[in-house]
Amino acid sequence: MSTKPLLKVEHLTMRFGGLVAINDLSFEVHKGDITALIGPNGAGKTTVFNCITGFYKPTEGMMTLTHADGSHYLLERMPDFRIAAQAKVARTFQNIRLFTGMTVLENLLVAQHNVLMKASGYTIMGLLGIGGYKAASAASVEKAKYWLDKTRLTDRADDPAGDLPYGDQRRLEIARAMCTEPLLLCLDEPAAGLNPRESLELNNLLRSIRKDDGVSVLLIEHDMSVVMEISDHVVVLDYGTKISDGTPSHVQNDPKVIAAYLGVEDDEVEAVEAEVGL
Amino acid sequence: MAKVDNRIVEQSGPLKTGPMAALKEAAFAGLITFGLSIPIIAYGTRQDINNRLVLDARWDAVAWAVAIVFIGRLLVTLNAQRRAAGGGKLMRVPQSLQPVLGRLMPVLAPLAIGFLFAFPVISIVFSGWQGSTKWIDNFGVQILIYVMLGWGLNIVVGLAGLLDLGYVAFYAVGAYSYALFATKVIPATYPALGVWAFWICLPVAGILAAFWGILLGFPVLRLRGDYLAIVTLAFGEMIRLVLINWTDFSQGYAGISGIPRPSFFGIPFNANDNGFAATFGLEFTPIYRTIFLYYLILVLALLTAFVTIRLRRMPVGRAWEALREDEIACRSLGINTTTTKLTAFSLGAGFGGVAGAFFAAKQGFISPESFTFMESAVILAIVVLGGMGSLWGVAIAAVVMIGGPELMREMEFTKAIFGKDFDPTQYRMLIFGLAMVVIMIWKPRGLISTREPTAFLKQSKAVSGSHVKEGHG
Ligand SMILES: Nc1ncnc2c1ncn2[C@@H]1O[C@H](COP(=O)(O)OP(=O)(O)O)[C@@H](O)[C@H]1O
Ligand SMILES: [Mg+2]
Repeated sequence: MSTKPLLKVEHLTMRFGGLVAINDLSFEVHKGDITALIGPNGAGKTTVFNCITGFYKPTEGMMTLTHADGSHYLLERMPDFRIAAQAKVARTFQNIRLFTGMTVLENLLVAQHNVLMKASGYTIMGLLGIGGYKAASAASVEKAKYWLDKTRLTDRADDPAGDLPYGDQRRLEIARAMCTEPLLLCLDEPAAGLNPRESLELNNLLRSIRKDDGVSVLLIEHDMSVVMEISDHVVVLDYGTKISDGTPSHVQNDPKVIAAYLGVEDDEVEAVEAEVGL
Repeated sequence: MAKVDNRIVEQSGPLKTGPMAALKEAAFAGLITFGLSIPIIAYGTRQDINNRLVLDARWDAVAWAVAIVFIGRLLVTLNAQRRAAGGGKLMRVPQSLQPVLGRLMPVLAPLAIGFLFAFPVISIVFSGWQGSTKWIDNFGVQILIYVMLGWGLNIVVGLAGLLDLGYVAFYAVGAYSYALFATKVIPATYPALGVWAFWICLPVAGILAAFWGILLGFPVLRLRGDYLAIVTLAFGEMIRLVLINWTDFSQGYAGISGIPRPSFFGIPFNANDNGFAATFGLEFTPIYRTIFLYYLILVLALLTAFVTIRLRRMPVGRAWEALREDEIACRSLGINTTTTKLTAFSLGAGFGGVAGAFFAAKQGFISPESFTFMESAVILAIVVLGGMGSLWGVAIAAVVMIGGPELMREMEFTKAIFGKDFDPTQYRMLIFGLAMVVIMIWKPRGLISTREPTAFLKQSKAVSGSHVKEGHG
């Protein structure tokens, strides 16, 4: 790890009144990795995402995103839409947020808003039919097609997003996020509610996003089997505090993690492990 | 329709079946009507020859009201039961009608526009030079003003999902901009421009209104939902109160009169030698101006529609609709929601301002009374009843809501039924309210609730209204 991390989170703290949702959290996301953020319900995982993507302003801490050209973005100082547009961080939501009344294709075109807006000369030139809007518009459809293909949604391109079954909606949300051309893709429980076949398909999609599209992934996941299979690096949260950080096998064998997941004290772990046959 | 079904089922709780249950429910509704009727309908007051107040019992009217509600409720309940049992095939027809309508639209649009352009000729043919003024002015121009206002507000409410209860403010800004420029500024600076006043001020009024839209929008658009509605409502009232009280500026209640009428591109509509009639070798009649105004507002309204249609297919337009669907998702995609909202708000305001300038030029006189909250409410009702986002729906709603009451004035035959003293226009608000209730029950998402996609790969399929969100701020 000689290069600078893509995302560096330092001493991140988020308080809601008296509740400490994140407590002095530091971790790194390296370029080209799939990093998993795991932890029991209410551990503060979604809150971390909301801080990184600017939906919450953290109480304390620093989040630095570094591009390949060496430019830095201090995420805690940027409004949410700039983080997506300039720092190039895209995200999905735990409760899917699609534009349900728009078609699948339209969802993917909205995601390319900034590129198209510039190409249309902030609407004025596009309205008059001058400039490169036509070409940009065609290119945006091509990009949408690429992602439709990749998420197996081409057949549903002209259907309203709200009409899709749950699993398709999850994939569409990922496709939409990818259409913003991010460097870091943050996925909040993408496998939640998927059947085993869909879950497997998701793993392949995430691997391909990392390998073929060169996008780093930060992922919140509940399903340990998914985490262990695809992630390069795991960060474990419990009650807002980091309790473990390392490779999947390291984390898997960390007594603190097992304790947190089974809900027992550290010194009882061995007894419990023996009981459940680990 | 499925949606409506659910609502009815939900409202009446666990649905009991059988004619007895329906009878019981109808009887209950009748009882409520009876109770409500006693203070409202049962006694009429009138003054006799000695100016004394006399009570007239009208139990027959009460009986009618109760009977109508009883039978109506009985039919509705029986129908709901039948549909719950899976019998009501009849009620599914409107659903299959929607795609057919969608396919007809491309044919209907040129037909409708053709009819609108032919309308003055048709009304002259049918009711002569004198009689046609009423049709062209009271129906044509009046309805088209509201069509344009509806389409303008549709950008804000229907596309961007921002609830604006003070749209009339921008209508007022446009009207007063034109009135003040044309009566004060131009005569004082370049009087020679007099005949061109309208043409110069029309874009100026639009730009000023759009500017006010930005000015108001900037602090306000970060508010959501109810808050935005309340602040825009307050803004509408503020503009009106300023116009009433700042008499040096706007002459208060007295209003501004003698506003120059639009010229035919520099040729005034008057009886002079350089007037329109003389220039074209015609005999002078005031109807030329009326016809000209009709075509003017028709072109302005169509311009609004054209811009809306074009913008919907551009990135801004898509961002407006995405904003209505989910603002948080928009921000996660890097869309600057503040500027996106501002463009919708100010564009809608701009079209309102242009309509206002036209209104001032048509009337020749304006006062704050023309810009009350009632106007905002009517325009909003047109947008909501028409189906938010649908140009067709808004146009149809404007015809019904503005043309309907005008038409009631014409309904002489009602006098034959209800007696000489019957004045149908007095029932305007009653019918207005009834129509709204009926539409809200029958089609809670407006007359045309389906949404046409702005792009497609293979085939454009209309999006059912049940998926389309209404925005929340
Ligand atoms: N906007 C908020 N206001 C108050 N408390 C919040 C807010 N967002 C999250 N929390 C609290 O922070 C804690 C962590 O929540 P969350 O990040 O959603 O957990 P996770 O995603 O790990 O299940 C929870 O106790 C939750 O109630
Ligand atoms: Mg969560």
